[in-house]
Amino acid sequence: MSLISTLARLEAVSTGRAQPAATVRHRHLGDRPLVFVPLTTAGEAGAPLGALVGTDRDAPRLLAVPQPRDRDLRFAFLAELADVVLPYVDSYADAVEAAERTETDPETGKRVKVEVDLCADAPQLIVPSRAGIDLVRLLGRSMRFRRTAEQDPEAPYPAPPRVPLLGRWLTHFGERARVPGSSLLLAMTDVLGRHWVTGQSTLEDQHLGALLAWIDPPQGVTGAEAALRAELERDAQGQLTCPPAGPATDPAFDNKLLAPAIERYDRARTALSAAEDGLEADDRLGALSAAEREIRDLVLSRTRPTWDAVWRGLDLLRELPEGARVEERWTRDRWSFTGHRDRVLAGEPPQPRRDDAVTAANKLATREREQARLEAQEALDDPLVMAGRRLSGEAFAGEVTDVVMAYSEGKRPSPRPLVTVRTDDRPYLGERTKVYRSLGGKPQSAEFVADEEDGALVVLRILDKMGRGKEPEPGSVPEKGDRICFTLFEHEQRGGAKLPDPEETPWTHGGPPGEAALEAADPVTEEDVL
Amino acid sequence: MPPPRTRGTALRHRLAELRGPDVPAKALDARALAALAANPGCARRAILDGAGVNKAALASALGSPSAFGQSQFALTRGNAFEAKVKADGGAELLRLVHEKLDRSAEPPVEARVPDLTATGPRGRTARTELELREATAHPGAWTLLDHPMLALDVAGSPAFLEPDAVVVHPDGSWTVVEIKSFPLLDGSADPAKVGAAARQAAVYVLALEELAARLGAEPEGGTARLGAEPEGDAAPLGAEPEGGTARLGAEPEGGAARLGVEPEGGAARLGAEPEGGTAPLGEEGDARADGTGVPVPRVRHRVLLVCPRDFSNLPAASAVDIRKQRAVTARQLARLTRIEDVADALPEGTCFSPELPAEALAAAVESVPATYAPECLSACELAFHCRTRSRQEGAVTSLGRPVRAELGGLTTVEDVLAAARGEAGDPDDPAVAALRRAAALRAEALEAACR
Amino acid sequence: MTTVFDPSAAAARATDAILHDTLHGTARGVVVDSPPGAGKSTLVVRAALELAEAGHPLMVVAQTNAQVDDLVLRLAEKNPDLPVGRLHSSDSDPYDKALDDLPSVRTSAKAGDLAGQAVVLSTAAKWAHVKVDEPWRHAIVDEAYQMRSDALLAVAGLFERALFVGDPGQLDPFAIVGSEQWAGLAYDPSASAVTTLLAHNPDLPQHRLPVSWRLPASAAPLVSDAFYPYTPFRSGTGPGDRTLAFGVPSDGSGPDRVIDEAAESGWGLLELPARHTPRTDPEAVRAVATVVRRLLDRAGAATSERSAASSPLTADRIAVGTAHRDQAAAIRSALADQGVPDVVVDTANRLQGREYDVTVVLHPLSGRPDATAFHLETGRLCVLASRHRHACIVVCRAGVTDLLDDYPSTEPVQLGTVVKFPDGWEANHAVLAHLAEHRVVWQP
Repeated sequence: MSLISTLARLEAVSTGRAQPAATVRHRHLGDRPLVFVPLTTAGEAGAPLGALVGTDRDAPRLLAVPQPRDRDLRFAFLAELADVVLPYVDSYADAVEAAERTETDPETGKRVKVEVDLCADAPQLIVPSRAGIDLVRLLGRSMRFRRTAEQDPEAPYPAPPRVPLLGRWLTHFGERARVPGSSLLLAMTDVLGRHWVTGQSTLEDQHLGALLAWIDPPQGVTGAEAALRAELERDAQGQLTCPPAGPATDPAFDNKLLAPAIERYDRARTALSAAEDGLEADDRLGALSAAEREIRDLVLSRTRPTWDAVWRGLDLLRELPEGARVEERWTRDRWSFTGHRDRVLAGEPPQPRRDDAVTAANKLATREREQARLEAQEALDDPLVMAGRRLSGEAFAGEVTDVVMAYSEGKRPSPRPLVTVRTDDRPYLGERTKVYRSLGGKPQSAEFVADEEDGALVVLRILDKMGRGKEPEPGSVPEKGDRICFTLFEHEQRGGAKLPDPEETPWTHGGPPGEAALEAADPVTEEDVL
Repeated sequence: MPPPRTRGTALRHRLAELRGPDVPAKALDARALAALAANPGCARRAILDGAGVNKAALASALGSPSAFGQSQFALTRGNAFEAKVKADGGAELLRLVHEKLDRSAEPPVEARVPDLTATGPRGRTARTELELREATAHPGAWTLLDHPMLALDVAGSPAFLEPDAVVVHPDGSWTVVEIKSFPLLDGSADPAKVGAAARQAAVYVLALEELAARLGAEPEGGTARLGAEPEGDAAPLGAEPEGGTARLGAEPEGGAARLGVEPEGGAARLGAEPEGGTAPLGEEGDARADGTGVPVPRVRHRVLLVCPRDFSNLPAASAVDIRKQRAVTARQLARLTRIEDVADALPEGTCFSPELPAEALAAAVESVPATYAPECLSACELAFHCRTRSRQEGAVTSLGRPVRAELGGLTTVEDVLAAARGEAGDPDDPAVAALRRAAALRAEALEAACR
Repeated sequence: MTTVFDPSAAAARATDAILHDTLHGTARGVVVDSPPGAGKSTLVVRAALELAEAGHPLMVVAQTNAQVDDLVLRLAEKNPDLPVGRLHSSDSDPYDKALDDLPSVRTSAKAGDLAGQAVVLSTAAKWAHVKVDEPWRHAIVDEAYQMRSDALLAVAGLFERALFVGDPGQLDPFAIVGSEQWAGLAYDPSASAVTTLLAHNPDLPQHRLPVSWRLPASAAPLVSDAFYPYTPFRSGTGPGDRTLAFGVPSDGSGPDRVIDEAAESGWGLLELPARHTPRTDPEAVRAVATVVRRLLDRAGAATSERSAASSPLTADRIAVGTAHRDQAAAIRSALADQGVPDVVVDTANRLQGREYDVTVVLHPLSGRPDATAFHLETGRLCVLASRHRHACIVVCRAGVTDLLDDYPSTEPVQLGTVVKFPDGWEANHAVLAHLAEHRVVWQP
């Protein structure tokens, strides 16, 4: 943790309110995000209990599984979820703009520009917490290998038609969320935690209610008090007044409210199937509906507070102006979305269970590059982030006190002006260390020449972005009196080396993975009810 | 080495006093023992656990009840899964042990699954020991011990532990089996949960090694130094969990009735050489350590973790190397002996009985220093109480352990802020200087953003 | 009867076996573990020369430009006529200018320009951009334990077979983003190249250089036990073979006493009073600088098996090691204040592979309020404790033992990954226990 954020945390303790960790918004927020507040059943992998989902904060769609152990009811839930999510995703698939992409020409092996479609916007999923992202991944994994009756008439428990497709999309969202700076799938606690520092630990910040309590406490209450209440306050029935943001539920809720309700539902269902005539069946159907409604109400009662909290979080985030380079990162998300759209359209098989060696290495390289890009861009967009880099010696700011024109040696001397900067910062500068400043959004590089007055004066030689002539272009060289900020880190990331194609995987890494076999569906529990 | 008996007895008396008159000791289970490693620097936790204080009851009495609970859905599912894994005489479970840990052995076509029922934890422990001795003495077959009971010496008192299963291989070695209900998805599982399971399994392995040593041989590697020297007679308890009803004599097979009662000498000392000299592992035939007729039992350091596979209730298994966790737990158990020093430092008459008024309790708890950190919230029943105190004191660690890293000797929120504001602190102290720079840079950035 | 251990013979046997497998073996890879100072570079140079002289075109992969340049210089020194290619990046100052003075060394940023050179050397990063129609018959991969699996993936297509050499005890490669999703996979891209190589090719011949020529007899057993418990090594020299003496007698101060202790025993611990401090603990920083200053002022002379005459302990034979960059910066500035500008001060990462007569180490856990996984990483301590030919002086605040004991052990466990030994906790304890025997308590 940087000392600046430590300090902010302590100030939050002392003032009773969260403190800013950013002065601009570093994540893209779409106009119409899809908020997804899921609940799961304890003890089972990805067994949904219910969810609120939708793009309208006043009209969430409630989904519930009255008996989570019943496979049919679970499938019904997933099918219903697909009915909400897939049309939302599809609504972004058609509006495209022309864009250029560099591809390797298969004939010549050369890098060429090709014109392709780029989706003009992309869908955005918001879940309450990091555990919600894990669940999105898990749901994706549980669905994408399922077989529908159409795909495989022999499948023992065929999935509803659109469920495998939903699995592929959720997998894509989940995988994209691992890319630093991406915004296709966001966890509200993470985004809020990026922009505010509370007076509690980051561990406690995982509780959405408590986190919001610090950022925006109710009138007359300190953040600490409000957060404590959000964490622990229980009603007369022993239920948390601010239910956990899920997907796990509070055991007290499971044991005291949910279990009896599910039991009543089971009894009503058994009674219905044992009904001997139509009249009796009608009555018992009514009882079953009532039992189901009760469970739906319970699910709603546990998800609605979280749903509202997520939207409140969105409101707070929208108050911050968007960082200048956020748009550029969102464009990468649009590329990611477009790419997956194309793979689905092309009829490619679902994402494999495990990456092959080349895919894994490519993903790691991409993420490391994006991490470096994110760190650089956030610092350039936000003086508060840059302050942290200055404190850690990775950047320095100051006033230009002297500019001396100088030229490179050689036949065609180019300008290499020497610029002296007075700074209070203590950057880690060594012999010919490269430093960069942002000049009209582009990085201009310089190298460290010397320091004077015990590091208070830094002499730099400007190296580029001064035009082709002997004299630098106007505005391209800092002038005496200018306040400028140089970083020791690069502003733009170079692409890494191209890895071999998977079928060229070398012997050191197990050789080619072989023909991609269609991955089998998961083995299923034999019983209908788990 | 301290003169054992008197000192141990005194400690047990002292711990019983701390617990309060007539308050039964809360039995330490493997989960609790594994959790010792979560915050080994906390004297409060050490003394409360060591004394068998029910921390959940204590927390409630202090007005900061713990938030641990288990959903009955998870319980039901866990039990159903375990039953499925162990169905058919454990056929599937043994198949997994064979496949994952011991492929060179005969496949387990049939296996002994002895009945381990007995009265009370000591009876069950004795029963388990008997069956382990039995199985180990007759190699060549697979034996599945379903919910055996093991005793482990913890700071002079035995803790009774119940692993899900212990398997005796045809070569006489022992494997701990952990059955968990979190899924094994495409061969991997939640690392935090696997870590917890591994630490728990390590406790069982230590208990088995203690037992193996008692059976007269040396465990794998011979390095099973528990540090916590058994007091020579681990059997008599200051802390009788079951009111002292353990009937050792209730052994069905006569001859072995003295199992569970410690041998007189120091043979129980782990790490100490067994009398009969070292019995080299894996040697044929004469691997009988001290003439008791028991071959060398080897406790395997790879345990079997069994979990539901993917999204089904079908079992899948993975071998887990627990050597590190075993070493960690062993040294934490060894360090528990220092509770004696903690106990000695307490004021006379200190007592943690939940019957006491909250104020008296709070004072008693305050008399033992705690090292609260947010991680405690998921590991200790008393965490909310300690958190409140830690926040009241303005301790910076209540915001997380890493927060301290750059603050040097400054430990409270107000000290740090005062130093940052320039109101206190030595400007030559790099922590203070860095804080002031941080404060200035932060103020500058926020001001720039406002403009 | 006891057999006398002959280090030269043992090392020669190991080298012969390695060269035999490399030149005449059938396996596609040969792996060599080399503990600190065991002659890894010598082995690499010798293997390269023998392969080249046998007419096998050879590519050499190292991890940093400095390593590549060092190998080029050594190759040219051993065989000035050998046509060597130095493939470099297109950045400014891509290689050591000293290479320009070597007539048989050709440098270029394009692999095509270097075709026909007997040996071509470059960094893994640069090799990853090279495309070839016909792979090299042979490659040598240096510092293979510090190379990441994905870096090997990028270059392994360039060669048919390779000799992989490295030190398993030094710092592991790392990724700046999470890579948990691949943990347990044989080709986890964030693992070390050797881990992946051996997971896929478990039957490759594996060798070990058994003798450290750098570490003195006083250091090899400790470093071997603490950091290489399953692959022990010995020192090439015996207890009396190296001596360190000072012309100026001790003034009785803590720094002088610890210098004498280290000169005598090979190790010294200068223990400052227990206190929680920031990383750049001013007292500890000053103590380190003072020790260095006194080492120089006291006119040290080192004698070793290399020559009968002693050589003066000069600034270039001393290095200071730290865990963090800011500590290194603070010590540099303290040294400058004391008028000692020429002593190398760097972090463990940057000291990897280097060698000095005496090292002064600021203990990674000194003064810390808590231990972290970073500070407990065995490789870090191993690097710091194994750079010296004569003596290592550690500066540390008291209380680190308790700090280790209070360290919470709640590490997650990834299924399918190989448990790495030794454990940082135990290695740290082993080193501290040894240092405690050479402790000089000092109140600055």
